[in-house]
Amino acid sequence: MYKYNDFDTAFLAERNRQFRAQVERRIDGALTEDEFKPLRLMNGLYLQLHAYMLRVAIPYGTLNPDQMRALALLAQKWDKGYGHFTTRQNIQYNWPKLKDVPDMLDALAEVNLHAIQTSGNTIRNVTADHFAGAAADEIEDPRPIAELIRQWSTDHPEFQFMGRKFKIAVSGAANDRAVLKAHDLAVKIVRNDAGEIGYQVLVGGGLGRTPMIGKVLNDYVAADDLLPYIESVISVWNQLGRRDNKYKARIKITVHELGLDKIRELTEERFAQVRPTFGGADQALFEDIKRHFAAPDFREGGTEAYDAAYESDPVFRAWADTNLAAHKAPGHAIATISIKKHGATPGDATAEQMREMADIAEAYAYGELRISHEQNVILPHVHKNDLPAIHARLKAADLATANIGLISDIIACPGMDYCALATARSIPVAQEIATRFEDLKLEHDVGHLQIKISGCINACGHHHVGHIGILGLDRAGVENYQITLGGDATETAAVGTRTGPGFAYDEIVPAIERIITAYLELRESEEETFLQTYRRVGMDPFKAALYPAAEKKVA
Amino acid sequence: MPRAFTPKVVTANDLLEGDVIYLTAAGGWTRELSEAELIVDEAEAQLRLLDAQSQPKIAVGAYLADAKAGEQGPEPTHFREEFRRTGPSNYRHGKQEAAANV
Repeated sequence: MYKYNDFDTAFLAERNRQFRAQVERRIDGALTEDEFKPLRLMNGLYLQLHAYMLRVAIPYGTLNPDQMRALALLAQKWDKGYGHFTTRQNIQYNWPKLKDVPDMLDALAEVNLHAIQTSGNTIRNVTADHFAGAAADEIEDPRPIAELIRQWSTDHPEFQFMGRKFKIAVSGAANDRAVLKAHDLAVKIVRNDAGEIGYQVLVGGGLGRTPMIGKVLNDYVAADDLLPYIESVISVWNQLGRRDNKYKARIKITVHELGLDKIRELTEERFAQVRPTFGGADQALFEDIKRHFAAPDFREGGTEAYDAAYESDPVFRAWADTNLAAHKAPGHAIATISIKKHGATPGDATAEQMREMADIAEAYAYGELRISHEQNVILPHVHKNDLPAIHARLKAADLATANIGLISDIIACPGMDYCALATARSIPVAQEIATRFEDLKLEHDVGHLQIKISGCINACGHHHVGHIGILGLDRAGVENYQITLGGDATETAAVGTRTGPGFAYDEIVPAIERIITAYLELRESEEETFLQTYRRVGMDPFKAALYPAAEKKVA
Repeated sequence: MPRAFTPKVVTANDLLEGDVIYLTAAGGWTRELSEAELIVDEAEAQLRLLDAQSQPKIAVGAYLADAKAGEQGPEPTHFREEFRRTGPSNYRHGKQEAAANV
């Protein structure tokens, strides 16, 4: 993985030195809050409901064991012993003190981590497929291009104070695991007819109060044109994007109002100006970056130990069936560690768990870890024969929940338990749904089902693209939850449809249960997933299950 | 017709700790909503808010929050303020943690 060069190290040290001085000036009164706020946001520091919150970037979701240990150190030394993995490959600390934040940032810098541009109207942390570099369905590892974009966008003078934030995601696989179509801009690695690798560029996706599915702006951008092309897109939007209304400022609205063709035409015009200013330094850098992401030397050998455990140990088998994915190397697997134990807060890991995951990665997984936008941790490269030992250690650390892709593998934003913007809670709803279906022992019978919960219209919990989406709102001073069905976060991305009136806090879990009961009755076979059933039968049978009283009135 | 004024407290976050604070009748700050000053006059509320906003080394983001008189002092009327005075519901952190350690 990428290791900082002297320039990176010096740059980060200088930024941290500046921020330390800014914090000191805020505390001694030389800076007002209005002056300080944009500075702290540039460095990932929010002021939330009960405390400050520090959001640390995990660029393209990749960590080495020392970095994971540093995240654990922050949790233990300056927070309350845990961290919260977010829906955009960041980690958030919910309880730092203002005076401690400069020390936290210095500790992060020691392992090449930072909180730069994790907030503010800038280009945010670049996210990637969490199976990058390991997935069997991948054309090429997307992380070098993500790192190139990270370096280019960090402190880019044109893009520090834009009309609104700008989020970029990158993937190199046929299956979209990075929610590309819900990003302002997305890069998908493709091959042209000649077999050359290039980039499809999507634009104008986003969730929030106006959900939009991203559209293909350019089917094939050559490798050496990509950075100037992205710069041109953002430059066009930065000039045209609306600044009169923050809810209409994102590029999805600009694309919607001007049309994709107009954006394409303006991008081409801008590209003609921008392209000559890229003299090839970016490509030299890209070649250097690629070397950092060379795949490990995958070991050879049979999978007897794995096969034996799979046959003899039903608990291991259940975990292997849900938490493993296909790896590109023979004898290997991608193992997802669920941070979604039933009844626990989705995405929260303790300092001890982080250290254990770091140790496991070092002992068995070629020293690599990934964080997914689905708020789980991944061991991207594992030889199958090591899986029984890994599973035993995960069990001992309370990390062996076998629920990836199932109903309790819920994405949830922090909601009103922490977030100053939230209009309702998300976490307890996620906890209760997971616990309820665990009690019913229905989870494995229900099969693949993604529930995504947001505590406000800004949709950090991706509710629009959940198979079942839940949106918490404040209705006349009471928490109220709207349900959407049929959302899809993959390459066949779709925004879910609202079922109808919302449900009170104590009604939302029973409402979800009615949907699931209806699905189990409606599906044609155990193989037909919830989303497939919904697409086949439509909304009406689910509405009838959700609102039985209203149906009777109509009848 | 303008809406009738409802009682308020002045609340903010503490600059150093980040936690929720309330303005008291004596002009100081408290961590407990029950110890806050319940302001029933609209003009007085605006003046007290100005007082709070003139203390940037203590209070960040001061605003007027609805509250009502209770037996132990002011109580929240909205669930957001209930969370702010208590702490999150997934862990006993924040003010409920401090209360448990007394």
